Amino acid sequence: MWSVLKARAKQTAKPYPYPQRLPVLPQRFRGLPSLDASRCQEGCQACAEACPTDAIQVAPWQLDMGRCLFCGRCEEACPPHALTFTREFRLAARKREDLVVSPEKQFQLAQALDRELAALFGRSLRLRQVSAGGCNACEADANVLGTVTFDMARFGVQFVASPRHADGLLVTGPVTENMREALLATYEAVPQPKIVIASGACAISGGPFAGFPAVHNGVDKFLPVNLYVPGCPPHPWTLLDGILRLLGRLREQRENP
Amino acid sequence: MSTQEFFSFFPQSAARWEDVPVLPLSSLADGLAQLVQQGGRILAFFPLPDGRQELELLAVVGDPDSGALRAARTRVSRTYPSLVSRIPQLHLFEREIAERYGVVPEGHPWLKPVRFPKSSQGPWGPLAPGTGPFFQLEGSQVHEVAVGPVHAGVIEPGHFRFQCLGEVVQHLEIVLGYQHRGVEESFCQQPAKRRLAAVETVAGDSTVAHTLAYCEALEALAGLQVSPRAAALRAVALELERLANHVGDLGALAGDVAFLPTASFCGRLRGEILNLTAELCGNRFGRGLLQPGGFRYDLGAETETTIRQRLADLEPELAASIELMLEAPSVLGRFEGTGRLSAEAARELGTVGVAARASGLPVDSRAQFPSGMYRFLHVPMATASSGDVFARAWVRWLEVQHSLKLVEELLGSLPAGELQGTIGPLQPSSLAVGLAEGFRGEVCHVAVTNERGELAAYKIVDPSFHNWSALAYVMRGQDISDFPLCNKSFNLSYCGFDL
Repeated sequence: MWSVLKARAKQTAKPYPYPQRLPVLPQRFRGLPSLDASRCQEGCQACAEACPTDAIQVAPWQLDMGRCLFCGRCEEACPPHALTFTREFRLAARKREDLVVSPEKQFQLAQALDRELAALFGRSLRLRQVSAGGCNACEADANVLGTVTFDMARFGVQFVASPRHADGLLVTGPVTENMREALLATYEAVPQPKIVIASGACAISGGPFAGFPAVHNGVDKFLPVNLYVPGCPPHPWTLLDGILRLLGRLREQRENP
Repeated sequence: MSTQEFFSFFPQSAARWEDVPVLPLSSLADGLAQLVQQGGRILAFFPLPDGRQELELLAVVGDPDSGALRAARTRVSRTYPSLVSRIPQLHLFEREIAERYGVVPEGHPWLKPVRFPKSSQGPWGPLAPGTGPFFQLEGSQVHEVAVGPVHAGVIEPGHFRFQCLGEVVQHLEIVLGYQHRGVEESFCQQPAKRRLAAVETVAGDSTVAHTLAYCEALEALAGLQVSPRAAALRAVALELERLANHVGDLGALAGDVAFLPTASFCGRLRGEILNLTAELCGNRFGRGLLQPGGFRYDLGAETETTIRQRLADLEPELAASIELMLEAPSVLGRFEGTGRLSAEAARELGTVGVAARASGLPVDSRAQFPSGMYRFLHVPMATASSGDVFARAWVRWLEVQHSLKLVEELLGSLPAGELQGTIGPLQPSSLAVGLAEGFRGEVCHVAVTNERGELAAYKIVDPSFHNWSALAYVMRGQDISDFPLCNKSFNLSYCGFDL
């Protein structure tokens, strides 16, 4: 008993005061991509060729964060630094097309749910997580939102065991053919109204497995998706920020960390 | 001596295809049985499609005494007599071959699907995942419990079928395949850049181990030796991966017996270690850190100091959190004697990694088949003898301490030099094996090239492939309520198995 209390006293960890303070991410963290047309050399396709998942188009020049693994091979292949990754970790979007960034388009952060849903879920959201071919990285970095550092529960958001107790699904993985039926049955079991969050490149577009015959290239082929969270896997802060924006808990827009 | 006929080679070297002998099935079986009896383990047993009527099967065995790999081939037609009754380690490999290529091992004791692919060639045809028949007990007091594929917690899907007498499990059958993404089937057709991305996501928490095995197999085929600096940094990344996962697993074990202080401390400490990997490459799981030919990111003096400092700070915190649990009588009451795996069963099933070492088997590819920097490091073999949940927790704690020392040792004497070499064309008609000891156990990749030097076959064996059967086995005679705890103590990968 005393040893437990002593250990507890020594462990100084407290929840990180997000969103009052922005998290400090590592120097090499790759977040929101920035495309600078003025530095881009005409006829060069190096970034598109380096991309393992065909996330980059050259004409017109754009990068689809829904396919992007944030591996940075494109940045490496671009000596004039026309394509760079910023450390902006807030990346979640409500619409699939909002994930496509180009030199002209300012990235649109996720807007809140409509008033009715936000009123229902804004202070209490229960999610059932379904891995439909996820490699366990997206799952692990969703799971850590329950640890003391992120402490998602202080916002009223929790993962639950039964879909019957849930307000929505957090789906990871490209949706394998073998999980399709179980995913749809789980969705059916969630009472109305309900939301779906697609987390990670696989759940959005199939990720590294896009086009493989055993998978379906993302969850929005089957279910209406309310929030897309890009990344491979999305950083826990990216996911938490997306969920809070969806619930209308974060009003302020961006400032660069 | 039939084992003499096997071709012998070492990890990090390629074998010419023509040197790997084609033996009659009976000689191959004799040789495999003998090697296994001498303490060898079947690393991989899989077919190479070559468009002929017959199917060529390749067996790769690890011989821990000599540190050498032994390989031989055989040819089978539509059916062949199953080798499982002589060599139980082959049981899933034979099922896998039947499912993908329709070649039936006659007399296999439990011939069933492995991953339920739509393209199944198995004698049972394409089946929906999770389809039976299941092994069933009969009797008026017997009942069956079915769980999954979607089960409680943030966890991957699988189906568990328990045959119980009262609260006691008589038999458990684990049916997987829900996570099947077709990694192996589609692998060789992909461009190199996509292959690397697929390898990094075979099992998300073992990104570094799988990528390392892939890189070493390709480098062996290309005849490339990575620089000492790259090799050392790869080992740092692998040990950080082990640290993060072992700490996370110990926390999860604590959570499962409701010992909340350690569950909560370890949850945070695991995150701190993942953040160190992110200091190296920007990604918490080590994505984009390794690539064929070397290591992608150099470590500046400042980051090196940061990592060493943070690990030194973490050490007492880890000790306090984990020892607190391992000394608590309420925890020991649940851990000790639960889910016992005997050394004999572990050996027969071909168990690897933490689970094997906790049952007293000295199985660690870092020590037995060392490659890269591990050729120059002394990796202590952390073993226990009781084979129960406690032993698996204890081995993890020992390995956390060993890995902390290894990282400190590696960073304290980092060789200078280049990080990245250029990987040239792959040697044609050859075979190479990449072995990495991930946190779960041995990750084995086998690459075979055709006469044009292109990848013709690629086999991935995650440690979970060997170990799921051991988990099912230890549940016999256990209370069904102990299943979550036993499951955590193995912590196996679903997607690594399903591929």
